[in-house]
Amino acid sequence: MNCIIIDDEDLARAILAKMISNHPKINILADFSNAMQAIKFLNQNQVDLIFLDIHMPDFTGFDFIQTIKNPPKVILVTSDKNFAFEAFEYDCIVDYLVKPITEERFDKAIQKLKSAKAPVKVSSNSNEESIPPDTINEFYVNIDRRLIKIEVSTVLVVEAKGDYILIKTETKNYTVHSTLKKIEDKLPDDLFLKVHRSFIINTKKIIDIEDNSVLIAKDVIPVSRSNRPELMKRLNLL
Amino acid sequence: MEQPNLNYINELSGESLDFKSKIIAILKRELPEEIEMYKNHIQNDANSLAADMVHKLKHKISILGLEKSYYLAEEFENGLKNNSLQLQPQFENILASMIEFVESL
Repeated sequence: MNCIIIDDEDLARAILAKMISNHPKINILADFSNAMQAIKFLNQNQVDLIFLDIHMPDFTGFDFIQTIKNPPKVILVTSDKNFAFEAFEYDCIVDYLVKPITEERFDKAIQKLKSAKAPVKVSSNSNEESIPPDTINEFYVNIDRRLIKIEVSTVLVVEAKGDYILIKTETKNYTVHSTLKKIEDKLPDDLFLKVHRSFIINTKKIIDIEDNSVLIAKDVIPVSRSNRPELMKRLNLL
Repeated sequence: MEQPNLNYINELSGESLDFKSKIIAILKRELPEEIEMYKNHIQNDANSLAADMVHKLKHKISILGLEKSYYLAEEFENGLKNNSLQLQPQFENILASMIEFVESL
């Protein structure tokens, strides 16, 4: 397994390299003091694992992950305990190590790595590994540092609101720091449809449709002209 | 006042004196650089950048076994983000004791 280390502190990179050297199956290809150099390297080399600092001057570790198209497995390394919940939002993150790292804790992360599934890849190539959204029955959202389970079938509407999304379910509404794109990828295509740049709806929950809107529960949701044909295709019209 | 120690570095190094020497050499080089950057940011009233340096220095504080000082540094880092310099004297005392210790190695 080929790995790289990204940390702006020499001392941290040296300590990680020492701990990695105790695991002969992990090969360090390179280490970087800044994320920009690492991005160039990732574009040209096959890397299976990144040890990634969160707090760096040019990029945060999370910015870095979002920048890479298909991130490999990532073990976060940080002096900050406060990002643990955010880390749960990324499929590629295997573990979260708080500095100073002990060898015992590092070895545990490597054990987790061995049992971790390959990261879900965002790709248009259907041959590449991915979890079909229609196999997902629930998802978790991070609200006030709690991970709350939402059953997919109970979701009525998702609305974009700036840096947040409002998820309306049959029983409760949730405001979550995320994007419409992220939740769209998680929801099954056969059930959910983006009808407007700010709205995704559960098509099974439509009560009625007017020209430019649909009624779901008590909410009138706008339907953009470009999305209307796809919506009409989904309906079982008499 | 809490005193720096090499317990973590010794445990990590095990029998490897080469690794221990390497880590100490990095500390001797990197610690004064980071402290200087921190002081420059403080002098220039760049509190947010100073907070970033305190964040970076926290790792070295913990590596030198300064457990209580780590929490003070964390409080100071958060304070700096809100433009509070209240813990500056105590934090700089910690830095002074670290530098003295590292130079003696």
